[in-house]
Amino acid sequence: MTSLAALFPATLEPAAPEAARIAALYWNFLWVCTAVYVLVAVFLLLGLLRRAGTPDRRVSSRAVGAAFVVSALVLFGLLLLSLRAGRAIESDRSASDLDIEVIGHQWWWEIRYPGTRPDEQVTTANEIHVPVGRTVRLKLSSDDVIHSFWVPSLNGKTDLIPGRWNYQTFRASRAGVFHGRCAEFCGYQHAHMAVLVVAQPPEDFRGWLAAQRQPSRPPATDVEKHGLDVFLGSPCILCHTIRGTGASGRKAPDLTHLASRMTIAAATLQNGPAQLGGWISDSQGIKPGNHMPPNSLPGPDLIALISYLGSLR
Amino acid sequence: MRGARFAPAQERVPVPPEPDVAVLERTWRQPRGIVGWLASVDHKAIGRRYIVTALGFFLLGGIEAFLMRLQLARPENTLINPDLYNQLFTMHGTTMMFLFAVPVMEGLGIYFVPLMVGTRNVPFPKLNALGYWLYLFGGLFLYGGFARNAGPDAGWFSYVPLAGPQYSSGHRIDIWAQMITFTEFSALIGAVQILVTVFKLRAPGMSLQRIPLFVWAETATSAMVVFAMPAVMLASSLLILDRTTGTHFFNPAEGGDALLWQHLFWFFGHPEVYLIFIPALGMVSVILSTAVQRPIFGYLAMVLSLVTTAFMGFGLWVHHMFATGLPQLGESFFTAASMIIALPTGVQIFCWIATLWGSRPRWEPPLLFVLGFFAVFLIGGLTGVMLASVPLDLQVHDTFFVVAHLHYVLIGGAVFPLFGALHHWFPKMTGRMPGRTLGYWTFALLFTGFNLTFFPLHNLGLRGMPRRTYTYPAGLGWDRLNLLATCGAVLMAAAVVLLLVNAARSLRRGEPAAANPWGAETLEWSTSSPPPAYGFASIPVVASRSPLWDESPLGRVVGLEDDCPEVLVTHPIDAEPSHHEELPRASIWPLVVALAVTVGFIGSIFSPLWIVIGAAVAIPGAVAWYWPTHPEPRQLEEAAR
Repeated sequence: MTSLAALFPATLEPAAPEAARIAALYWNFLWVCTAVYVLVAVFLLLGLLRRAGTPDRRVSSRAVGAAFVVSALVLFGLLLLSLRAGRAIESDRSASDLDIEVIGHQWWWEIRYPGTRPDEQVTTANEIHVPVGRTVRLKLSSDDVIHSFWVPSLNGKTDLIPGRWNYQTFRASRAGVFHGRCAEFCGYQHAHMAVLVVAQPPEDFRGWLAAQRQPSRPPATDVEKHGLDVFLGSPCILCHTIRGTGASGRKAPDLTHLASRMTIAAATLQNGPAQLGGWISDSQGIKPGNHMPPNSLPGPDLIALISYLGSLR
Repeated sequence: MRGARFAPAQERVPVPPEPDVAVLERTWRQPRGIVGWLASVDHKAIGRRYIVTALGFFLLGGIEAFLMRLQLARPENTLINPDLYNQLFTMHGTTMMFLFAVPVMEGLGIYFVPLMVGTRNVPFPKLNALGYWLYLFGGLFLYGGFARNAGPDAGWFSYVPLAGPQYSSGHRIDIWAQMITFTEFSALIGAVQILVTVFKLRAPGMSLQRIPLFVWAETATSAMVVFAMPAVMLASSLLILDRTTGTHFFNPAEGGDALLWQHLFWFFGHPEVYLIFIPALGMVSVILSTAVQRPIFGYLAMVLSLVTTAFMGFGLWVHHMFATGLPQLGESFFTAASMIIALPTGVQIFCWIATLWGSRPRWEPPLLFVLGFFAVFLIGGLTGVMLASVPLDLQVHDTFFVVAHLHYVLIGGAVFPLFGALHHWFPKMTGRMPGRTLGYWTFALLFTGFNLTFFPLHNLGLRGMPRRTYTYPAGLGWDRLNLLATCGAVLMAAAVVLLLVNAARSLRRGEPAAANPWGAETLEWSTSSPPPAYGFASIPVVASRSPLWDESPLGRVVGLEDDCPEVLVTHPIDAEPSHHEELPRASIWPLVVALAVTVGFIGSIFSPLWIVIGAAVAIPGAVAWYWPTHPEPRQLEEAAR
């Protein structure tokens, strides 16, 4: 797991102007609140330690009144700061260079890149590629229960609610892999519903998108061919799609370019032959309660299947 | 109705006749034996049961929290599976909010409000008993389900569609929904008792501006209960209908709306926080004025703050829903409201500081709990201001930052004052003095343990750890902070154990308590410790805000019958005596009705037929409840003529 952890940068290290505004707002609030806390604590301690006898009521009234006015002004200042930051983030939404649909499922993310022609549409899972420096608008909804999309380095949360569309925009200011999680409790495996946002230079992104638009790579070796046969002859096709083969299930992640993704099982495991094998044969042991049934394949079939899936670049 | 005469303190001649205490005792004493115990309608007995039961649920909720902390002590821990973990955090939240915090605050109100306003019982004693039984059975029902692996697992907020029929099959959420309707009905009953006690049963002379601050706090809280609880009862009833009878209130596919649930739930859920917190503010005032031997500075400002907080508490609910995609203008309104509500609480803090300014207070354990309240609650209040800001909230919402915030507010704002108040009122309730050394230790452990547990969680949230996750991967920078939090939880558990040990030891071996061992100012301390069944030998007459400090001896009312359970009804504003009112005596029927309602409610999960069966028992029970036990006084008078 350690190499997977390397993918996760410290959060609140903003990588987008939206998150940067919120981080700046946070520091402002933190300093003001700390000052208020220290002031109250100092007065409390003074009051406890002084031996002044009963204070003059008029002096006390004035002190309380002054403290009230100061608090009201401080709160009003914080309110203005907050509204200004909110409006700035909102206005960043005005124009988007790229729309991406994100559909929440128990417990993974379906990612769709719309296109004008059917062969331009791309469906993938759990890994969102975006161009650096471009405004991306996510169009969010859910297929089952409420989820919440949250990549702390880029922006705050937005809920995915069945029956309605919500929007979130961000503009990645540097290349990198940004880690996010579902933030709204969504049932059994809420803990293992992570997502990666890969921000790339625009030309790399265009290359990636072009590759994703291709149908799946046909199997090249005999083992891979056998793997495809195993796939098509198994219950896998009831839920998974591999474009270019007969498999077109819609309940589970699209596997057309599975090998191009860094992780599997909603960023629970790194993507590699060992993890794929473990996941196929014992997904319930890794992520108990998820909707993928266990598959007990004979050894050679499993190896062939892994090798075929590993070829789906 | 006959008018009551009363004797103000300054007119002490001629001395009115002393009441016959033996007769009073016979009149107000609750019947003996187990049946007598079950039939009791005395507010002190019922208040005590509320408090003890709520503390029992507090222990259970604490054990659940402790188990969760053990699971989170290290990454990828397998101590608790996700199914059990989801039940644990749902049970923890549900228990603490519905079965501990609200009932314990109401229980203290039911026990102390009548004593503090100088009357002998709550106005509807049988209904009061019904309220307690419903609460108890609702709680047992929930834990019965949990023990049979049918504990709710959709969070204490039970968001649909996750809690709906499609994604939560089985009876887990049914049990949750029915338990909510149950216990909130009980909360409504308690609120009505307190409101009517305050507005109709105050001692003569206790005009509105002389009501003790704790009583004001309980009054504001009860008014909130009356408006907040129906919203959640409606929501839970719609949910149970969706689940058992196939309605589609919350099903978007059939024209329902998932967000409707959130609006209904938080319209209750946010005031819920304040109706836990406001009584605690009253306790802080009680403890502080006793510790510094001065009345609280700025009475009017304090009362207005309590009432304002209660009123504004209804204007904040959307700040739980900032991420749901509401229009920005609407969100700004709720940001402003959520920030402004800090002002009335700020005013109270300033008044308390003014109260203790240069006072050289007595350093009894309750004062330490109040100082702990200042240190802890203030952090929760300030992080609350952060959460009111939409952009900040969108980052930390549903993370451990919010877990930290809400525990700073609820433990700091309610549990610290509550522990102080339990220590303060222990002699009054039990007739024994609580142990002082153990009290200091309880405070020290609780304060250290609490901050060790919850302070790191702010940082965890900022580092991206979402709430309600049964485990987390290693290497995200979350491991050490989680381990630290678990260590703190051990200290907190030790503090609670010490509190119980102190209570048990003091009950057995504590020094007998005098009527007013702390030298406090309010009426509950004018009667013996513990108070007799009849509360006061004579209903006191009040001429100031701090009757025990300003008036000696207290004036007393004469003219109430000793051999009939009567209370004096007074005018709601200036507390001028109006008339006598006879209260019902002990009755077993509230228990019978509560059992029948319980059967109907539990059965309704399995078949609608059970509603009919429950009603078939409850209706005769209610008839028996109202059956006249002896002739009306007027008939008696006519017969005498």
